[in-house]
Amino acid sequence: MKLVAAIIKPFKLDDVREALGDIGVSGITVIEVKGFGRQKGHTELYRGAEYVVDFLPKIKVEIAVDDAMVDKVIEAISGAARTGKIGDGKIFVFDLNQVIRIRTGETGSDAL
Amino acid sequence: MYSLQPRRLATHALAVLSLLLPALALADEPPTLSSGDTAWMLTATALVLFMTIPGLALFYAGLVRSKNVLSVLMQCFAITGLITLIWAVYGYSLAFTDGGAMNDYIGSLDKAFLSGVTVDALSGTIPDSLFMTFQMTFAIITPALIVGAFAERMKFSAMLIFMALWVTLVYIPIAHWVWGGGWVGAMGALDFAGGTVVHINAGVAALMAALMLGRRKGYPTTAMPPHNLSFTVIGASMLWVGWFGFNAGSELAADGTAAMAMTVTQLSTAAAALTWMFAEWIEHGKPSVLGIATGAVAGLVAITPASGTAGPMGAIAIGFAGSLLAYFASTKVKKWLGYDDSLDVWGVHGVAGIVGAILTGVFAAPVLGGAGLADGVDGIGGQVWIQLVSVAATLVYGGLVSLALLFLIKVTIGLRVTEEQETEGLDLALHDERGYII
Repeated sequence: MKLVAAIIKPFKLDDVREALGDIGVSGITVIEVKGFGRQKGHTELYRGAEYVVDFLPKIKVEIAVDDAMVDKVIEAISGAARTGKIGDGKIFVFDLNQVIRIRTGETGSDAL
Repeated sequence: MYSLQPRRLATHALAVLSLLLPALALADEPPTLSSGDTAWMLTATALVLFMTIPGLALFYAGLVRSKNVLSVLMQCFAITGLITLIWAVYGYSLAFTDGGAMNDYIGSLDKAFLSGVTVDALSGTIPDSLFMTFQMTFAIITPALIVGAFAERMKFSAMLIFMALWVTLVYIPIAHWVWGGGWVGAMGALDFAGGTVVHINAGVAALMAALMLGRRKGYPTTAMPPHNLSFTVIGASMLWVGWFGFNAGSELAADGTAAMAMTVTQLSTAAAALTWMFAEWIEHGKPSVLGIATGAVAGLVAITPASGTAGPMGAIAIGFAGSLLAYFASTKVKKWLGYDDSLDVWGVHGVAGIVGAILTGVFAAPVLGGAGLADGVDGIGGQVWIQLVSVAATLVYGGLVSLALLFLIKVTIGLRVTEEQETEGLDLALHDERGYII
């Protein structure tokens, strides 16, 4: 099992959610995050006082999937979240040791 | 049994005579109440109070950080209450009665505790109570303007004491000098609605407060952006609307001068708002909301002294110049000199106030569309010189007394909150409340 964590532009969340739904992903977790990469931040100006805002708001999407699904998930996210401009985000893939569904106590792939 | 003794008779006769004398003296033109003037002045008075609460309070509240939003709203509200009482007890009397031998500098205590300000008492063609309340709203907004300079770091108790002393020792005398029969008005200075009394006065006190309190912790390296510019724009809009009461109301009558005051106020403000917007657009590539709102306030300030004398085209010139110089002072000079006039009270009210006061002397000239120079003043140069003297007197007297008062409070109870309180935010530290519980 893998945990896929994708950092995306906030306005692309609906597209990503739809693309993941289309390939049969049954659950995702969404977190509002801030950060910077190559896009860097932006500047704000108030009566001549200039502030550099280093961290931009992004959305982090987490999906736990079977190994067989990983490539399709990556493909779906990449396709849906891409604008071609700097700041589209990144996808991280982690090994996932265990999954437990709290209600039933199921574990492993059954719990996904 | 009641019989008139000769002595008592004489006393009675004197009493009757003394009652008749003022009436006889004014027999040509008995003062009568004009319901038109009174109706307008009731409205104007409400508009000017509306400028402070909620107008100015919101304008400032949006500019501070969210942890201090309540503190500035509270300061404006508390000042409104405090000054109202001071004005009733002795403020109105000292500012607007004849001070006899001292009349050049201060009035008397004849109307202390509003003695004589009765239902029937008149001031010109409006009730004395109305004139008193109208002037009260000016006395309220002036100290409230100063709040912007020491926002986010002053002790509430020190603020109250400073404001009580400042209104007593600075505002009241200067209001008397200019409007109450004192030397500045007698000299022929033109200040229709309070360029010197209100704006330069508040501006220089604000600068002194910013210097005496010192910078906010972290200024200018830490980002301190306004927490809610929507509040600020709403507040600036309320100021714009309320200012018609301020300027057109200063005519104290519903007549052509009041209508022209309204017209020139609108024109100056429009010109000033766009001036700041374009200046920023040209310099930084984008027009800003805070810029256009600040420019509007600068235009309102600049036209204030001129609103009874300038013509429409003169008003546009005054708005343009006031805004441009306020822009320069607030965005450049402040940065170069490094003082933390947090919400630009000096930069906007002080600087645009000075520009307006000087240009009042220029655009009052009939040849430039104005209503005329002060009686006995020879030419634009002479009027501008008188304007400069009134500006300098306000700057020197207001600045020095403000500095002395601030110093006195600093060495007694202290001016600033502790560093810990400042970091926590004044809302929680001083009021045990939060502006946003979400």
